[in-house]
Amino acid sequence: MLKINDINVYYGAIHALKGISLFVNEGEIVTLIGANGAGKSTTLRTISGLLSPKTGSIEFMGKNIAGLKAHDIVREGISQVPEGRRIFAEMTVQENLDLGAFIRTDKEGIEEDLKNVFGRFPRLLERKDQLAGTLSGGEQQMLAMGRALMSRPKLLLLDEPSMGLAPLFIREIFSIIKDINETGTTVLLVEQNANMALSVANRAYVLETGRITVTGDAKELSKSEEIKKAYLGG
Amino acid sequence: MDFSQQFFQQMINGISLGSIYALIALGYTMIYGIIKLINFAHGDIYMVGAYIGFFAITQAQIHIFPAILISMVVTGILGILVERLAYKPLRHAPRISVLITAIGVSFFLEYTSMYFVSPTPRTFPAMLGGVSIHVGELVINGQQLTILGVTILLMAILTYVVQKTKIGKAMRAASFDTETAELMGVNADRVISFTFCIGSALAAAAGVMVGMYYNSIDPLMGIMPGLKAFVAAVLGGIGILPGAVVGGLILGIIEALVSGFISSTFRDAAAFAILILVLLIKPSGIFGKNTREKV
Repeated sequence: MLKINDINVYYGAIHALKGISLFVNEGEIVTLIGANGAGKSTTLRTISGLLSPKTGSIEFMGKNIAGLKAHDIVREGISQVPEGRRIFAEMTVQENLDLGAFIRTDKEGIEEDLKNVFGRFPRLLERKDQLAGTLSGGEQQMLAMGRALMSRPKLLLLDEPSMGLAPLFIREIFSIIKDINETGTTVLLVEQNANMALSVANRAYVLETGRITVTGDAKELSKSEEIKKAYLGG
Repeated sequence: MDFSQQFFQQMINGISLGSIYALIALGYTMIYGIIKLINFAHGDIYMVGAYIGFFAITQAQIHIFPAILISMVVTGILGILVERLAYKPLRHAPRISVLITAIGVSFFLEYTSMYFVSPTPRTFPAMLGGVSIHVGELVINGQQLTILGVTILLMAILTYVVQKTKIGKAMRAASFDTETAELMGVNADRVISFTFCIGSALAAAAGVMVGMYYNSIDPLMGIMPGLKAFVAAVLGGIGILPGAVVGGLILGIIEALVSGFISSTFRDAAAFAILILVLLIKPSGIFGKNTREKV
């Protein structure tokens, strides 16, 4: 479904991604793990078009999307939940979700998806007329995910969904991620919480300073001594 | 005329003048909200609007209301062109470069206009002179009624567009966080164009009505109201739409009261004294929140 081939991305003079290649099959949950500054978020931001690669290609559903603008890439069926949630704090929960469906014109479909989102996150329904900035961190994460789902994406990019959340919420968020995947959305997940990420993912890539160093089945990686030592806290 | 009558008469004058400031200030604040630029050319856009209205009325012999509409459309397009040609190439440049460019655009509009329409002030044809409402001793004349009516109508439309429509939501989202709005599929460039169009059209309406109110227009007429509207926008809280309206009205009323009770030569001083006070006491303006720097 998604095939990244040898991309190089720069932030000014900083060479952030050094020839990264990866792929995501339809129906999978794939996770990118690695330390701070390894290039995980940069990879997602490049896929969603906020950054563009200097060289290399990004193929989505057989089409090269490298270099397309972010607002066009959403229309191809890729939706991103950005790091730090980035909800529109001064707008209501409902308006945030409306913006998630910005690219769509099928009123009935939007209505249906809105119901689905409220079904998945009942708390958002209770607070739909509240300003999004008044929600708790966990609720904001739910809103950011709901908003991303409103575009009815084929591929959902999640950037650090567990960041700054209480352990109970983290568990909830991950079970929702699994559930979203089971209802037919492919997921590419970036996480620092490698334990949780590996427990839900099918496959994983390990990033280190802009390069992929290890890749494989998520279950196997979570047993690997090397990975345990580096990312799973012993 | 006793004191209270004088007071209320000046209030009426102040609200009319304040509505004009509010219309111009809305453009300032919308543009600031979305690209964080104090568009110093905005006062000159208003001047161009006044001239387009003037030529529509004198050359095409049309009434004031269609003239306002035509001026809004043409000036709206001018706003888009200014943004595309002058500011868009500087989207990732330091803010000071864009600010200096705005001052350049301001001079460009002033002196290009002088070249084409001559620096001599033009006399706006008298309109709606016969209409007026008398409430006791107070007089609200036809021009003031027009200013109030048109301003209220435009603000109602603007509120509807910004709050309820898809492009309005996109505008608010892009003002708050452009990058995330892009992730939602919002084309930020298009939203910015739209913002310049609306802001310029509002200024054009103000320009035509001022021409009608004071009977005179000239190519440098935009400088002072431009600065005053900037004060109004800062007073209300730059980037906040209701702030621009309230700021404009307060400024207009204070100016009218100062002219009426002290001396009209002091009214400009009063306006800028307000700017100094706001900057000293509450730089974020009446409606402004204390902004935290995002990390």
